[in-house]
Amino acid sequence: MKTWRLILPLAVFVILLGFLWVGLSLDPREVPSPLIGKPAPSFTLATLHEPSKTLTGEDMKGQVWLLNVWASWCVSCRAEHPLLMQLARSNIVPVVGLDYKDKPDEGRAWLKENGDPYRVSIVDRDGRVGIDFGVYGVPETFVVDKQGVIRYKQIGPVTAEALEKKILPLVRDLQKS
Amino acid sequence: MRGAIPLLVALFTGIAIAQTPAGPDLDARLKRLETELRCLVCQNQTLADSNAPLAEDLRKEVRALAVSGKSDAEIKQYLVARYGDFVLYQPPLQSNTWLLWIGPFALLAGGAAIWYAIVRRRKRGGDDDDEPPSSGPSPDEAVARARQIIYEEP
Repeated sequence: MKTWRLILPLAVFVILLGFLWVGLSLDPREVPSPLIGKPAPSFTLATLHEPSKTLTGEDMKGQVWLLNVWASWCVSCRAEHPLLMQLARSNIVPVVGLDYKDKPDEGRAWLKENGDPYRVSIVDRDGRVGIDFGVYGVPETFVVDKQGVIRYKQIGPVTAEALEKKILPLVRDLQKS
Repeated sequence: MRGAIPLLVALFTGIAIAQTPAGPDLDARLKRLETELRCLVCQNQTLADSNAPLAEDLRKEVRALAVSGKSDAEIKQYLVARYGDFVLYQPPLQSNTWLLWIGPFALLAGGAAIWYAIVRRRKRGGDDDDEPPSSGPSPDEAVARARQIIYEEP
């Protein structure tokens, strides 16, 4: 009876500590997307380099691809940019750039200055497609499978760790299926 | 100049008519709806309070949906489908949130049960560590003794 009384508060404390410890490693800024496992929202947007041409989600069907949401005004996009350039050179997976709420000429100038890692760039001038994709913090990166289903969302800049441990293994998996 | 007044009147009434779907009723409805939705950029602000560009866009979106005749529930569903349950300031009662809703009441009930058990045991005079020992000085004697120690009374 006595030992039980001593141990119970300790047990409660340890459980609480466990919760707090896990809580420390969670990022409240990362809100899980409800779109994972769902078909990517359809879109038809003008391309950045040839505004008379458009790209739709249908055009990308049949292959695994990444959608990278970026903007020339986005500071942390610069952090992930070298990784995207590296990814583009490796030719593993095509990356579509979604220039989000940006002036097209500023977007073009930014790519000219920093290099263009995108197979195609499309312009979401008013952010409507961004809303459909649930974008709330640029940069964001989506992995879309051959059937056009969103499989993964990276919120914030792509890191070397996220690329090696999550994105690329997933892409290879999806490409095999 | 005389023609200007009817023109002005026509202009203002014209504006008023054009705004009927977006009148004070709609404004009040949007205001209430916006306070029930979270801004995802600045997470502890509602859509109504936030100045973030995304919040502005979403307010526009919510207004457009309301004007097009969507109900509050449909508008919320539209946002939940894109941003998840987190956009709702009041989390829905569903399988992954029942602990959140029931938890505080369960803790309260548990606390009440423990309190009741302790009270009952004390009434029964069962063994309880908190109970004053039955032997030893009576309260009066104890007070006298304490007084003696504190004031060093002889």
